[in-house]
Amino acid sequence: MGYSGIEYPMKFRAFVLAALFFGLLSPAAYADRRSEAKSQVDFGINVAQRGLWKEAQYRWERAVEIDPTYAAAWNNLAVAYEQQGQFDEARKAYEKAVDLAPNNLLIQQNYDLFKEINDRTRSRDSR
Amino acid sequence: MTARGAGTAVSLALALGLGACTSFYEIPIETPISPKLDVSAFRRVLVVGFISGGSEDVDANLETVRLLRSQLRSRSGMAVIEADPLPLAEIARENAGPAAEPVGDVATDAVQIRTQRDLDTFEHIFADVAYWKKLGEEYQEPLIVTGTILFTPHQRSGMVERTQEVQDQFGRRRTIPVRTYMERKGFILSPKFVFIDGRTGTTLYSETFREEILYNAQQNTPALSSYFELMDRLIPSFLSTLSTQKIRGTRVLLK
Repeated sequence: MGYSGIEYPMKFRAFVLAALFFGLLSPAAYADRRSEAKSQVDFGINVAQRGLWKEAQYRWERAVEIDPTYAAAWNNLAVAYEQQGQFDEARKAYEKAVDLAPNNLLIQQNYDLFKEINDRTRSRDSR
Repeated sequence: MTARGAGTAVSLALALGLGACTSFYEIPIETPISPKLDVSAFRRVLVVGFISGGSEDVDANLETVRLLRSQLRSRSGMAVIEADPLPLAEIARENAGPAAEPVGDVATDAVQIRTQRDLDTFEHIFADVAYWKKLGEEYQEPLIVTGTILFTPHQRSGMVERTQEVQDQFGRRRTIPVRTYMERKGFILSPKFVFIDGRTGTTLYSETFREEILYNAQQNTPALSSYFELMDRLIPSFLSTLSTQKIRGTRVLLK
């Protein structure tokens, strides 16, 4: 069923307005999300440096919930999982971080060190 | 890329100033590695003794029992039973009955074990479920640690690479690798650790290792210190069978 001569321009106008509205809003919304996630990441680093890894893990989990594209948060979360022996979760988080920031050598270094330990454990278990 | 390679690459990147673009924090971590064996059912561990052979300069049975007990006392959650180490080779020979073929140098009553083949003839004792079950009952059903240890002198000659300091035409000192022929001697340590369930007498797990060390032929290193040097390399693997071990390292947290 097609649009009538009157309806079409009205709907089209509404669509254009909505697109403009969200187009302008989304960078601001993204910046807000990243800023909120960043504060969680900062807090997580702070507590991790005091050895409070559970709390750090919680903060970084919140950060990736708020902004799933935040590679640093995934990296930190992977480190927290690793510290607590949750190797499957750590691997997934590292892979996510590497996917999001393939050129980040610091994330790659963490992931390589993790794999070295994890592969050793796996080969030992399969013996 | 290996972890070491990655480390070098990262250092280089940092040196080039890439690090300045990202806020990062190096943090020490301790990765827990779960034990190979679930020993939660045992509250006590008995390092009963080892069938040992090779060098006569070291009583590998006695030294291994002492060393493992002291490590288990400080780094496992189980109580370590103090008991005299058993002469397992003699027990194995007795258990095999009079028909058993003598092995090694049997000029005397004492069992002489010189090679791995000699040791292999005693392996049957670890499958003697009735013997281990009875022993387990005597000590209130602990986890039993036993096995074989062969500690043999060894020598090997060949080309080795070492560094040599040289001076260039400007008087600057630097080291270069040089290959030289060298006669070397040392020891090989081949232990097999067997973990037996003291409640049933069955073997839960066993693992074999081999470590060797070589010194310059002119160097006079006592056999006992070589033995400890080689055991030091194996102890983490031994302990990781029974208890959670932590691997220390560093990771980078990012902002």
